[in-house]
Amino acid sequence: METLLSGVVILARWDVLVALLFGSIGGVIIGAIPGVGAAVAIAILLPATFAFDPIVGLTALLGIYGSSMYGGAIPAILINTPGTAVNALTTYDGTPMTKRGESHRALSLAYSASFFGGIFSILCLMVLSPLLALIAPHFGAKEIFLAALLGIILVIIAHRGQVFAAGMLACLGIFLHTVGLEPVKYSQRYTFDQDWLTSGFDLIVVVLGLFAISQAFVLLLEPNETPHPSRVKGTLLAGFKELQSYKRIASVSASFGVLMGMIPGVGEFTAQFMSYAYAQKTSQSPEMFGKGAPEGLIASETANNAVPAAAMIPLLALGIPGEALTAMMLSVFYVHNVVPGPQLFQNDMDFVMAIYLAMLLLNILVVVFLLFSTNWLTRIMQIPTRALGVTVLLLSFVGVYSLRNSITDCAIAAAFGVFGVILKRLALPVVPIILGMVLGGIMEVKLRIAMSRVDTPLDFIDRPIAAMLFGVICLILGCQLFGGILRKRLVDPETG
Amino acid sequence: MRSDSTTLFVRLFHRERRPGDLVFAVAFMIVAASLLAMMPWQTIWAKRTDLYTQPRFWPAVSLGGMLFFAILHSVSSFVSPRIAGRWSEVWLWIRSLEYAGWFLVYVSLVPLLGYLLSTVFAAAALMLRAGYRDLRTIGTVALVAFGIVVLFKSVLQVNLPGGALYEFLPSTLRSFMLTYF
Repeated sequence: METLLSGVVILARWDVLVALLFGSIGGVIIGAIPGVGAAVAIAILLPATFAFDPIVGLTALLGIYGSSMYGGAIPAILINTPGTAVNALTTYDGTPMTKRGESHRALSLAYSASFFGGIFSILCLMVLSPLLALIAPHFGAKEIFLAALLGIILVIIAHRGQVFAAGMLACLGIFLHTVGLEPVKYSQRYTFDQDWLTSGFDLIVVVLGLFAISQAFVLLLEPNETPHPSRVKGTLLAGFKELQSYKRIASVSASFGVLMGMIPGVGEFTAQFMSYAYAQKTSQSPEMFGKGAPEGLIASETANNAVPAAAMIPLLALGIPGEALTAMMLSVFYVHNVVPGPQLFQNDMDFVMAIYLAMLLLNILVVVFLLFSTNWLTRIMQIPTRALGVTVLLLSFVGVYSLRNSITDCAIAAAFGVFGVILKRLALPVVPIILGMVLGGIMEVKLRIAMSRVDTPLDFIDRPIAAMLFGVICLILGCQLFGGILRKRLVDPETG
Repeated sequence: MRSDSTTLFVRLFHRERRPGDLVFAVAFMIVAASLLAMMPWQTIWAKRTDLYTQPRFWPAVSLGGMLFFAILHSVSSFVSPRIAGRWSEVWLWIRSLEYAGWFLVYVSLVPLLGYLLSTVFAAAALMLRAGYRDLRTIGTVALVAFGIVVLFKSVLQVNLPGGALYEFLPSTLRSFMLTYF
């Protein structure tokens, strides 16, 4: 209770509340514009938040992270175009509902399901926090190394059908981290005698290039489009009442969101697909899924909104980001000398609690905002794509240049922008590069520390958590390797 | 006729492939192999140092991984069905360099013209390049550009330098422009 009150005190500042309001409303607007998304917005705003207190910067970014998916549901339902990538599944049932003339019902259900998912996961976190505070200190260098390794492996195998590409891009991320002056012998690694490479590749420059600048280039290169969504008529409050008829699906989907969010490298997509599959399997009318089933819409929206809060667990408790957005937030922590990890849970629990409360508040703010602004947001969606590209490019400049006023940084970001265009056009994942850069750095440091205390290889897994993590890694790799072969054999009976 | 093991091999590596996939896969593999080959010159091997603390250890792990996965990715690209349009896709990648150039011109203009002028100028020029001829649309984006400058420089006071052009302004106006634009 004392920690909760301390958290309230940290939040009860005008600048924190303004940041929260700015982040949550801004996130909804950004989410509602197809082609921008939370990753682009966070990448652009990241350097701007460095000037603020960590809690101010973090609440603004958390606001965008937590609320963009609410906004992303609007174009997914009204114009069959997901505002953010994680709203893709919402189009399956949202668009058919709109075609049936039930757009207000679909939006209302999406808002209420998202709200339920968000609140459910934050409450889970608050309840789990004392347990996390107990477990987190048992994570030493070995355990954190293994958890980071597990994160890398999971992010690779989570990209089904693109495992090899995800693997090579994750390794590229690790390689990018190694470029520059190394911290042990102070030798240069892959600098090609170029001064500008001595300090290596800045994570934020790479993030801005891969997410924001590449998106601007894609928008400018592709044919110009102007969506024309229809106006929403009718009340948007009814969904909150209707959601009560789907309590089971909402609760199970939110639980999937929390579980998948906590595992580094997995995230929204897996949570959504598991929830959707569960909802379809247990539905009395499974044939309606994909044709406008409210259960499908609820499963998708509840699960994806339960993830952001849960994704903060590995970040706050272990300092390990589970996906690109939390990796970006890690930069904010580092800039302010706040080191996420076991120590944070032990020494600054009030700070952690303040973050949870901020997330709780932002969900309420967003729903209130959406109830009154949905029709206004449909007008924002009508921005032509190339004009949007120009705006994103101008905004990207602020993000990169304000870091160090360096033209070299801008050139590096532009180069990564071009690389990002290629990846996006080939539908290859960008996230493994970012996670590779962040987790590669963590693995290098933690392995060095851990190996200095190890005599035999078995000493590395002599503690229960380390042994468990090692077991999970072996199990996952085994399942992936042999499961993949078995699956392919079973698909073709001639070869089996 | 293919043997069972060959068929299984092909099925294991089979995936959806977009135009240009093979070009990217092979180029990535060549870059990974070249970087790996440069390792003796680009990293050092420290004497009397454990393997895990060697400056060369992590570049070797990452580049080894890059090459390994790039080979597998190239193989899977090779055995997966091709969609036509490889070189037109590569041409589109090359075309993105033009916008990278526009971005760098904008970046170079900021220290000269200042943030406000260069942003509004870049917005209008990029809109023209993107195919807009309607003055109202171009004006709207220029106004958005002005809003961006106000938000980031005037309100959030983000670290951006003043333009060399400001030196020619009267002192009161110069300090105002340096602080807010």
